[in-house]
Amino acid sequence: MSTTTLAGREIHVDAEGFLTEYDEWDEALAAQLADQIGVELTPEHWDVIRFLRADFAETGQTATTRRVQAVGGFPVKQQFVLFPKKPGKKMSYIAGLPKPAGCV
Amino acid sequence: MTETQPRIVPDFGDDTDTDRKLVLICSKGNLDMAYPGLVLANAALGEGIAVDMFFTFWGFDMITKDRQQRLRFSPVGNTAMHLPVGGRMPQWLSPFPGMTWVATKMMKKQIDDLGVPPVDEFLDQIVASGGRLWACKMSADMQGLTMEDLRDDVEGIITAADFMDLSEGAQTLFI
Repeated sequence: MSTTTLAGREIHVDAEGFLTEYDEWDEALAAQLADQIGVELTPEHWDVIRFLRADFAETGQTATTRRVQAVGGFPVKQQFVLFPKKPGKKMSYIAGLPKPAGCV
Repeated sequence: MTETQPRIVPDFGDDTDTDRKLVLICSKGNLDMAYPGLVLANAALGEGIAVDMFFTFWGFDMITKDRQQRLRFSPVGNTAMHLPVGGRMPQWLSPFPGMTWVATKMMKKQIDDLGVPPVDEFLDQIVASGGRLWACKMSADMQGLTMEDLRDDVEGIITAADFMDLSEGAQTLFI
């Protein structure tokens, strides 16, 4: 377990830099996480991120791209536009959640 | 023990231009054998890897409009098949009428329970993620099928020689 300093405070992260503590995240931090990986957050990004946060709170798991479409209602194609190349990992990183564990 | 480090940012590989490419040859029309290709294609696309899927022989059923929702799973010849109540499926039982229907129904339910889409919807998602679908010329000719019979997002019916161009420099898997 490591910590890193973000938004002026210590944050717990795993070896790759994904947050490990759900409650250490807030929206100001998300903006900084997004900035670090070159994603500029628009209202559409925020909708996806808020869905991921709420879904994790409910299920205890990070939603896969499939679930973000099927349950969240955000088409996969749009996810690729918002979080280019690796949407599953990028959106979970910004949402302060672990990488999705599901295969699909 | 926690240690403080200045900043850890995941490497999403955006700066390194990858030309990694995956080609999947889907040759089977059984429900259970359709999924390995679908799952791998979807995973690769989600990692920023280009994917082409080439459908040949029985794999054609995955992209044929009136067959892609009707793929079946048969226990016949599958010596590894388990029974839901435990133990192996007796081989003499598997060819009995209705067994394929039951096995297919069960497998579809298991797939659905995991939130994994049916074959046609899975291909929709793969295409939406940037995957490309191709059909084999010889299989089309053998089965008397044309582009009309295939999903609208199949890009073409191509020859074995075309496939060589398609798969140049790619990691290729035959399923």
